[in-house]
Amino acid sequence: MPGICASGCYVPRYRLNRGLIYKATGWLNAGNIGNAKGEKAVANHDEDSVTMAVAAARNALQTVNGLNVNGVYFASTTMPYKERLNAGIITTAVGLPDQVIAADFGGGLKAGTTAMLSALDGIKAGSVDNLLVCAAECRLGKPSSPQELIFGDAAAAFVLGTDDVIAEFKGSYSLTCDFGDHYRGAQAVFDRQWEDRWIRDVGVEKFIPEVINGLLEKYEIQLSDFAKVIYDCQYAAARKSLNKKLGITPEMEQTHYQAQIGQSGTAQSLLMLAGALEEANPGDKILVVSFGSGCDALYFEVTDNIRKMADNKPVTAALANRAELDNYTKYLTWRGILPMELGLRAEEDLWTRYSAYWRVRKTVLGLYGTQCKACGTPQFPLHRICVNPECGEVDQMAPYRFADRPGKVASYTGDMLAASYNPPAIYGQIIFEGGGKYMFDLTDCDLDELETGMPVRMSFRRRYHDKKRGISGYFWKAVPFREVK
Amino acid sequence: MTDGIRDKVAILGMGCTRFGELWESSAEDLMVDAFKACLEDAGIEKKQIQAAWLGTHYEEVNVGKGSIPLAFTLKLPHIPVSRSENFCATATEAFRAACYSVAAGAYDIVLVMGVEKLKDTGYGGLPTGAWRGIMSYMIEANRTAPGSFAQLATAYSSKWAIPMERIKDAMAHVSVKSHANGAMNPRAHLRRPITKEQVLKAPMIAYPLGLFDCCGVSDGAAAAIVTTPQIARSIKPNQDTIMVKSLQIAVSSGEEAFHDAWDGAHVMSTRKAATKAYEEAGIKDPREEISMMEVHDCFSVTELVTYEDLHISPKGGACNDVLEGFYDLDGKIPCQVDGGLKCFGHPIGASGLRMIFAMYEQLLDRVPPERKVKNARLGLTHNLGGIPWMNICALSIIGRG
Repeated sequence: MPGICASGCYVPRYRLNRGLIYKATGWLNAGNIGNAKGEKAVANHDEDSVTMAVAAARNALQTVNGLNVNGVYFASTTMPYKERLNAGIITTAVGLPDQVIAADFGGGLKAGTTAMLSALDGIKAGSVDNLLVCAAECRLGKPSSPQELIFGDAAAAFVLGTDDVIAEFKGSYSLTCDFGDHYRGAQAVFDRQWEDRWIRDVGVEKFIPEVINGLLEKYEIQLSDFAKVIYDCQYAAARKSLNKKLGITPEMEQTHYQAQIGQSGTAQSLLMLAGALEEANPGDKILVVSFGSGCDALYFEVTDNIRKMADNKPVTAALANRAELDNYTKYLTWRGILPMELGLRAEEDLWTRYSAYWRVRKTVLGLYGTQCKACGTPQFPLHRICVNPECGEVDQMAPYRFADRPGKVASYTGDMLAASYNPPAIYGQIIFEGGGKYMFDLTDCDLDELETGMPVRMSFRRRYHDKKRGISGYFWKAVPFREVK
Repeated sequence: MTDGIRDKVAILGMGCTRFGELWESSAEDLMVDAFKACLEDAGIEKKQIQAAWLGTHYEEVNVGKGSIPLAFTLKLPHIPVSRSENFCATATEAFRAACYSVAAGAYDIVLVMGVEKLKDTGYGGLPTGAWRGIMSYMIEANRTAPGSFAQLATAYSSKWAIPMERIKDAMAHVSVKSHANGAMNPRAHLRRPITKEQVLKAPMIAYPLGLFDCCGVSDGAAAAIVTTPQIARSIKPNQDTIMVKSLQIAVSSGEEAFHDAWDGAHVMSTRKAATKAYEEAGIKDPREEISMMEVHDCFSVTELVTYEDLHISPKGGACNDVLEGFYDLDGKIPCQVDGGLKCFGHPIGASGLRMIFAMYEQLLDRVPPERKVKNARLGLTHNLGGIPWMNICALSIIGRG
């Protein structure tokens, strides 16, 4: 039976208190006070849906090292590329070979569960052994809109397969309808929505019971058989009414992280599933319901293998790894909403030469360097002649991936001259465990916390954004390694 | 087996413009000014120049590519002119080529011109350059020169277990000393003495380097005419002949950037070039024999580690020498006697020749008594292009007779 082999997630480190947003914008829309509670997760200036998906995917993959993954399905409504396979970027970044299938799932917010269903179907059919499914979202609400307060940035990822699954996939039921609750046209930057009361009364409170009941009838089970019921709905009153109507007890209800992260679109129900699996016991039945242009309902049963994953708490860890973003204009700047002056130095033309990029794509996306077969020295980036002065062998190189190797800071600085969306620009010399070093940008950190010898991990980030051509270029940065307490 | 450049080439004349934010001067103006002074000093006519080298780095923002800018500007009559570019070591590199051409017997009299016009970029600091071509934005950190050199300080502090406060104290001394010297020099851009307190309280540019730990950028040009010792003596029989004692250059191999062995707290190429330079010049103990120096003080920390890399201060001991005044104008080896990059700014293609000019005018006793180095016999210049893990170190030693 196909099912879930591993789960992972990613929540950006920076959290913006919604009170700060309301303080800056409430004068315009005082009614937003109802949504101005808790905090929302905010992608750093060098993050987008693709980088967050890579982080979540690596988080899931690390628990099933060595598993033969045959493809990547990526769901998001905020993909950086309309043409150019976003899942293809993720494939190389997570270290998978070229000989895999990959697809982008977009459009409605239920694309996350649809990607998962498609993957499970492929595995069930025997076309593939294991697939990586990830969903990430970085949706923009207009300043002072309810969406700005409600939305949060996050990603979830699952490795699906048939061997040693922690949760078996038992079945699904889907509903598709052109329900225009939220929408963005081809050129739209910001989300638009129709009236909340209509979404709640005609959408959420009708579709969710319909898809749940459809599934229950199809598989002849009762809702009370489920240990957890996950459904995507951030309206508190609607949740209360749905729980009552469907018979979902407080123990069965899975938190939606609205107060810690915010509504994360295609990633929302999958993130909740990753959270539910942290607490699950063998034999638990879990129901997952997405919402957006209809609903998908997915029915899982937890296996004994969950015990082996008892220490894997990706959502808890991600929630604990947080830092306050105490500045609303910084959020606006990072998201490109407020065109702040970065100086003439920032006006350099950043033009990606795709033929040149093609030759080094594994280095750029996968952080591949080389290892000398003669002396064993790992070296970054690609070298044909060994950099070890004692060796110097020519063309004795094997590919070597640095992305998953821990590193240490050998020297560092915080640079006020370099054009940066978060000055000072921090960078330093990183030496990898097992050998090899390079000068990398550091991110998700403050200058004050750095010291030489500090352990770091590599993180896939946006290296530059070519505004003229709408191109995002990616590379890896170092992030201080923090033990989650 | 080669016996090196020692005593094979003489400097017949030099010229150096004022350095600074020369809004009214073009690169062409600067070249003409440096050339006029140089030709007058050499005591020859333009038609006697048989070949020329032009040193300039950022051709995109100032003089343009190739050697045409020099030939056009000076109206050189169809003689061989070449352009040399080697990051911040560009001018010393051009000087080296000219000296070798004389030593080889190819030409008798050769002109070297170093020029850079940086103040047309619209912002302070060096232009953002794609140092590694189109790979730069793909895989390079978002870094600048100050941030790249600043890391010498964090690595140095870690390697020698010297608290950052002491390093900052020594770095401040370095800048205060250079400003004191520059204040007396009419060619310098920055001519105000500064205090240690000012340095330590200045805004941060790239941790731990503050504003006064960094040299500025400026416009300027410097020129030299080199010839054989025989010709020099015949043209100027009543003057000391200034001889080239050594010219060395060492370029990073990639070991610093990619191999774990480099500690990040020193500049490998400077150490290698210095060893060879002393051998070429016949210097056994540089700490005793070098009279004065002009080193590449793009940042105060660069100057600090350079003292060690030139095998003058003991390794890990530069702070002690600096704070004891060893490199002050009245110290054992006065350094940055003209004010250095710190006070001149750094028009890339001109700086190496400006350093040689500072030694030249001291050796010929052409400076006023207040900034005169006593018993100047041998002067060393150190011109470093690039960044600590990827650089070109060019050294010259010139001396009397």
